[in-house]
Amino acid sequence: MANPLFQQNIISISDLTREQMELIVRTAERLKCEPPPPLLKNKVVASCFFEASTRTRLSFETAILRLGGTHIGFDNDANTSLARKGESLADSVKVISSYTDAFVIRHPREGSARLASEFTSVPVINGGDGANQHPTQTLLDLFTIFECQGKLDELNIAFVGDLKYGRTVHSLAQACSLFKCRFFFISPEALAMPDYILEELDEKGIEYQVSQSIEDVINDVDIVYMTRVQKERFDETEYKHMASKYILTAEMLKDVRKNLKILHPLPRVDEITVDVDKTPYAYYFEQAQNGIYARQALLALVLNETL
Amino acid sequence: MANKLLVEAIRKGTVIDHIPAGQGIKILKQLHLVDGNEKITVGFNLPSQEIGLKDLIKVENRIFTESEANELSLFAPSATINVIDNYVVKDKFTMSTPKTLEGVFDCPNSNCISLHEPVTSYFKVSKKHESIYLKCKYCEKTFSKDIVAGL
Repeated sequence: MANPLFQQNIISISDLTREQMELIVRTAERLKCEPPPPLLKNKVVASCFFEASTRTRLSFETAILRLGGTHIGFDNDANTSLARKGESLADSVKVISSYTDAFVIRHPREGSARLASEFTSVPVINGGDGANQHPTQTLLDLFTIFECQGKLDELNIAFVGDLKYGRTVHSLAQACSLFKCRFFFISPEALAMPDYILEELDEKGIEYQVSQSIEDVINDVDIVYMTRVQKERFDETEYKHMASKYILTAEMLKDVRKNLKILHPLPRVDEITVDVDKTPYAYYFEQAQNGIYARQALLALVLNETL
Repeated sequence: MANKLLVEAIRKGTVIDHIPAGQGIKILKQLHLVDGNEKITVGFNLPSQEIGLKDLIKVENRIFTESEANELSLFAPSATINVIDNYVVKDKFTMSTPKTLEGVFDCPNSNCISLHEPVTSYFKVSKKHESIYLKCKYCEKTFSKDIVAGL
């Protein structure tokens, strides 16, 4: 029987069912344990990054190469027909995808991956569309949580930092709500979790709590998901006063649960002090590495009828 | 006779009736009804047995398209549209909130790809606490109907 993701687009985390997410997580786990099988042999994948990206692009391209495939594409659109000759994104997608078996796209405008999927018959994987979605980040986060906790269900997860603008926290909260996790939201008031996410959680009957400081909740959670509070969103005095509340230090980890793991989509600036790196709770570099396995799993599933 | 409305009958065109009071002016604006040269008769705050007060719009020589009817349904879901031909009601239908809206309004998100590429806008329509919301298929943002309609 064909796997349910075969030839499917991966555009938005809200398009995926719990079962599909579990399939991706299990496949990533398998690919991490085994020497990589040539699941993309003779496959060419377009890797079209219309804006700069380091981790996402490199981990996608590594994933393709590790599974025996090849990629074509670009890491910014400065020298493409779009930028230089005014070609539409729709036409670019039509042409480039006709050379390839799958199309990975990152683009600064929201909805670009969905649009791309309407102009090609090959599967489109969204590598980030503006402030909207970044589903492969969410899937690698889910895989990392599964890997370090042994389960996805009923975990206590704290989200810290910029919860308003961070697409990763929105998507991860939506994904984890399918697994009945309990959430703790810790952010400056101006960067609180948007109401529409809270309404969705209310509708699903998901428990959550809004807290003012990391210390209030850190001893009761299994995962702390840190994000960066961006300086440019505040004036300097306000930032200095407020940012210190959202910095995680090793000192704060004295009485935490043994299974606690700290995640961060990276890059970090100063919201996790470097002394945390040496503690057994730091898991953000493993998380970054897992980007390869989660993306391998996705590509393998969309390009292989059976695995 | 006291409750009878004395509004001139039209030979051919459309009568939008049972518009909730206050919405008539929005419909005139949204459907650009006053931009053309056709004769328009409007009535605001008219007595209605069903809804207390209602607005009413008669447009001569114009038959509403499906997409115009869809736009209309967002402002006045309880309104009725009467298509008139030779002074007789030829067709009559009641509005209901559509499940989707295609190509009617632009997405209000200036960074939405649908504004910059050759595609038509597409929204999923939902109702929450008696308010209507539209979610763009592309950028996945949800807006209240007034924001999408630019009111």
